[in-house]
Parts: sequence; C-alpha cells; structure tokens
Amino acid sequence: MPVEMRKEFFANERDDNLNEIGKPTQRQDILGHVTGRSPFYDDHLFEGLLHMRCVRSPHHHARVRSIDISQAERMPGVKRVILARDVPRNLNTLLSLLDFGLDDEPLISEKKVSYKGEPVCAIVAESERAAREACEKVRVDWEPLPAVFDVEEAIKPGAPSVNEAYPTNLFVYHDKYDHQKLRYGDVEAAFARADHIIEGRYQMSPIEQAPMETCGAIAAPETNDRFVCYTSTQALFFSLGTAAKLLDVSSARLHFIGGTVGGGFGGKVDSLHEPMAILGAMLTGRPCKYMFDRVEEMQVGAPRGAERWYLKDGVTRDGRIVARKFTGYFDSGAYTRLSSYAIIKAVGHLPGPYTIPNVYADVYCVYTNRTPATAMRGFGITGVDFAIETHMDKVAHAVGMDPIELRILNSYRDGDMKAHRRLAKNTALVECCQVAAEKAHWQISAAARHATSLTGGGGERAQLPAHTATDQQGLVPGGRTGGYARSTKRKEPDFAARPPQPAAPMPAAPAPQRPAASIEPVPSAPPAPPVAPRAPARFSSSISGLRRR
Amino acid sequence: MAKKPVQFRLNGDEKAVFAAEGENLLDVLRRGVGDLTPKFGCGQGTCGACTVIIDGEPRLSCITLAETVEGKAVSTVAGLADGARLHPLQDAFMRHFAAQCGYCTPGMLMAAKALLDRNPRPSREDVVDAISGNLCRCTGYEAIINAILDAASGASQNARRV
Repeated sequence: MPVEMRKEFFANERDDNLNEIGKPTQRQDILGHVTGRSPFYDDHLFEGLLHMRCVRSPHHHARVRSIDISQAERMPGVKRVILARDVPRNLNTLLSLLDFGLDDEPLISEKKVSYKGEPVCAIVAESERAAREACEKVRVDWEPLPAVFDVEEAIKPGAPSVNEAYPTNLFVYHDKYDHQKLRYGDVEAAFARADHIIEGRYQMSPIEQAPMETCGAIAAPETNDRFVCYTSTQALFFSLGTAAKLLDVSSARLHFIGGTVGGGFGGKVDSLHEPMAILGAMLTGRPCKYMFDRVEEMQVGAPRGAERWYLKDGVTRDGRIVARKFTGYFDSGAYTRLSSYAIIKAVGHLPGPYTIPNVYADVYCVYTNRTPATAMRGFGITGVDFAIETHMDKVAHAVGMDPIELRILNSYRDGDMKAHRRLAKNTALVECCQVAAEKAHWQISAAARHATSLTGGGGERAQLPAHTATDQQGLVPGGRTGGYARSTKRKEPDFAARPPQPAAPMPAAPAPQRPAASIEPVPSAPPAPPVAPRAPARFSSSISGLRRR
Repeated sequence: MAKKPVQFRLNGDEKAVFAAEGENLLDVLRRGVGDLTPKFGCGQGTCGACTVIIDGEPRLSCITLAETVEGKAVSTVAGLADGARLHPLQDAFMRHFAAQCGYCTPGMLMAAKALLDRNPRPSREDVVDAISGNLCRCTGYEAIINAILDAASGASQNARRV
C-alpha cells in the first residue's frame, strides 16, 4: 500500500534513502494477532489458579469504622482474606521510584477511603464466583464523610481534606511551591501595553481509556523462591519496582513477563494489579489472578483526569499575541499517581506552538474525591491544547482575523526562544496550518500561503526576555518530599516467616499555602509576598528526575 | 456446585467437558478445553471480543451458557487457518493493518467469517452491520472494514503460509 508522502515541504531536509520511514511495515506481532495466539496475560493457564476480588467503597469519601470478615472467611472456596495489615509496606506513590512526591496511597485501605471503588479488603478464592460471593459477606461499617468533586472547591478553606499526605488538597512541587510555576518575561507589563485583553475558561472531563482487555495480572510461585507475574502493564519495570516496594522484597525475586498489552492508551501504568496478584500468591502459595471486570475498569480504573484552564492573552491590533497567562487545575482524583508529572509536561509545553514573548503559568495538582487519574494519550498536553486552540479561535474572532492566519502569524519558527528557555527547531506549525486549510478548502491569504517555518525566526526572537518578573507566591514552608529511591539498600525479608507489619508511617506533610481565592489573574498586581521565609536547610536541590535536559 | 457434562464439536473436533452450573461458554472454551482465542472484554455481551460461531451464527460466548452448545458445532479463530495456510480474512487483516493491540481481532474475525459464510459478496454497509457489535479501541474500524471487503472480493486467494 503506497503511503502518501508530502514532498513539497522541507524538501532539502528530507532523506529519501531510508530503510523504514515512508514504507509500510507489518507489526512484528500481527501474525499472532490474526491467529489468536498472541499471549495476553490472561492466556497463561495455571493448575489450581485462584481468583482475587476486592471489597470496594460504595462511598466517595468515608471513614472505615470496622471490617468484619468472619462470615466471608467461612464461605466455600475462600482461601485467604487480605486486609491492609497484610501488605508489607502499604503506602506508595508511583513516582517515588524517581524520588518525586510523598507516598500517599495504600494498596489496600484501612481507616479511610477517598474515592468510590477504593479497595479495603481482597478475597482470594477457588473461583471468581466464590470470591465475588465472599466479598458480599464482608461487613464494613462506613462513616460517610463530606466529599468534594470540583478542583476549585477542593482548594477553598474548609474543604474536606481528601489526601492525608497533602491535607490542603494540593501537591507540592520541588519541595517548594503548591503549584508548578512558569515565569518568562513580564505578562502584566505586556498586558498594560496590549490593544486587546482576551480571557477564557476551558475544561475537560475525565476520559476513560477503555482498553478492550481489562487491567490485570497473574502471579505464581516459582520453584526458585521467586514469583512469576504475567501482566497487562504498559510499564514492566515500573510495575516491577512498585511491586518490590509495596511487598518489601528484592526485585530479583520477582519475574515479570509482559509485552502483550490488549490496549492500554496510558491506563495500564498504575501498577496496582501486579503487587495484589503477587501478594495473593505469596499468602496462599498458589497461582493467583487479579483482574478488573468491565465495571471496575470503568469505575475504578484510572482515567485521564479532568482539567480546568483559565487563559488570558494580551494581543496587538494586528493580531500578535504579546502575553499569555495560564492558571490551570488538574484533577488528580484522590491520589497523586502520575498527575504531578502530567503538569510538569503541560507547563513545559506552554504557551503551545507559538512564539509569545511573555508567558506566565500557575498550574495546580488538586486532590478531589474522584477516581484517581492517570496517563492517557498526549498525557498532560491534550487538555491544555484544547484550551489553547479554542482560545486561539476566540482571539481571532476578537481581533477580526482568520483563525488559521492568526495561528500562522503567531506560530513558532525555527530558531525562536521558547518559554522553557530552549530554542525551537524542526518546527512545522505553519506548514500544518497550510495543509489543514488546503484539505478543508479554506481560503487563506497569499502571504499566509507563502509563510514558512524556516524563515522569520531567530534573531531578536532567539533572545531571552530582558526582564522576567518573578515571585514566590505559593511558597510552601517546611518538609522534604520523597526519599524512597535514594534510601539505602533494604534487607531481604523472609516473607513466609515474617509477621504482618503495620503500615508504613505517613511522612510529615508540608502545609501548602492556599492559592488566592480568585483564580482570575489580577492585572498588574504586584507579586504576592512569600507566606513564610524559605528554610534552606530543609530543602535539597531539585530531586525531580523528570526535568530532563 | 454440580457440574454437567457437555459435548460439542470445536473446530471439527469432538470435545467433552464438565461445566459448572451457570458457567459460560467463554470460560469453558478458555479454561475447560484450552482454546484461548476468544477473549474476555466485558462479560456482559457488549464488546464482541468473545465472538464465536455456533452452528453458523455469530454468538457472544461470554453470555452463552455452556450447556446450551450440547451437540452443536462451535468455531473459533483457532480453527480458521487451514493448517499452515491462513484464511483469506486473516491474510487481509495482515495486509490492511487491521489489528493493533490484537485483543478484539479474534472476535472481529469470527463476526466477519459468519458474514462471509452467508453472504460472500457483502456491501460496505453489510460489513459495518456485521461488525457493529464488535468494539475496537485502536484502529478506528476503517482498516478492518477494508480488510473484510478485500477478503470478500477474493483478492486474498493466495493466502500466505503461517
């Protein structure tokens, strides 16, 4: 099948003498797919396989007064009832493997649940049906708590505290701020000089990845004192490290096999199934499967999280955007998972593929009593791109310009300085706009048709702003996050001989400052003074392993 | 729980298994007789990943009681290729890039086969209708529809060796 290659753009940059690019190539696993022989995790059969099901919270937010498992334990086919106390190290945050963020989520919750579907008990039984029936017999005494579902409500004073590690419902960035900050140039000064100020509010609902294969894992004891784990994970070594941490065993004792994923789209990175299945195998000595059913996949499986964005642009009469200010809120749901990282990606992406000399962003990772959010395609980018591009149309309308020509005018060019302080290269937005216009039979001016990403950039546009207005708004006093990835080597426990341990202690939480009550950026306001003097001794240098250069 | 013997033909071979009361055909195929080609996607008859052909009709094995196939002929993707020679549908799915993650593919192939068995020259609308109960989250369906039409047109007669 011939692949259409557009030759007219960047002809002098093209190398047509390539082995793969531009040529159709079969997936290496396609033959397995069409013959039904591709080995998905559930396609591994084990003699004596046990099935794990969870007792889940019917409430969005509740305290657990007590859990009575006496009836469930006596149900036919039940091999083991697992509670929080059975998890060796029952507190984790995914990115602790990179030393980023506080441990904030139990594998199985004990005292409190913060989202609907949060597990408080797991039952391992001879059949899935037996496990389901035993789950029905677990008696949980719930004390429902007030819940919060809106990001801006969640950070108001007096809002219910969702996440005990972050009592004000805000993630703490780099041990310093209650938000991720971007300061480039001076937006307030540029707003004062602009001909138009255009503001907008945009939001995106959560989106479920809905893979055809539900999330799950099968674990079994191996004869060499290891446990094998077949998993649907998209992140095999991430899941391996997470399971080793939660189960407090050396990763050398865990033999992970993955690679065939029945659709993931980002939703199979949370590494919750592997430690659960392995724990079931450890506690029973038998193969154990933990698999979401479809209802769990939709209700409990982490979606792409909701986002809300406020944008404010300063624009000249001829359509040049001279300043752009963002206030963003990511709805992380009840726990951090990967939302903190999504925000770092989002902020690195601002102000979108445009050259704007003054950019400002405050982006908050907010905890609510919704399902914890995680990755999905274009993670961290999709929501804000929706906001940016919708806003571009609004700006075009306000200044009376064609929306595609407005984009071409403001598009970044090769050699331009970006707000994250790197020079742009291999840019192609101008050409994308031209092709989109052509495909849509949308008339644009000759000047727009002849624009190119290769010219017009660099020079003055390659310079950093002469002055960048900085501030310490949102400074968080005290506390240092992380520590797991840098901790000294853990001793290898003998799992079978060891009594259950209490849950890992909750780390001391810093107390983030609440953001200003008004989320609307205040024009020309002086920077807010820091709420407390910085205590340098308590901070290390940045430990985010995510800000790669 | 009482178990009942069930006998049926699977891809031409006689099978006899004991099925638990209320057990569905998908579980019996996968765990009882070890045919892992039908997939569990929803367990409630909405996604089509478990589609098999029972006496010529496409059926959702996750909501088919195992005991109801007593004496019937069941076909799955495991029996689609003729020995080492791929079925034209399988060949067309490969050439048209009609599978990505591959999880919906066995059900998709069986839905398509049931269509071609009763209507060897389907229209595009016939194909869309035939796979309307089969969800795919990767491909966007276009490649799958084209592959089925291609297989129907006989362009895949020179099917390749497995």
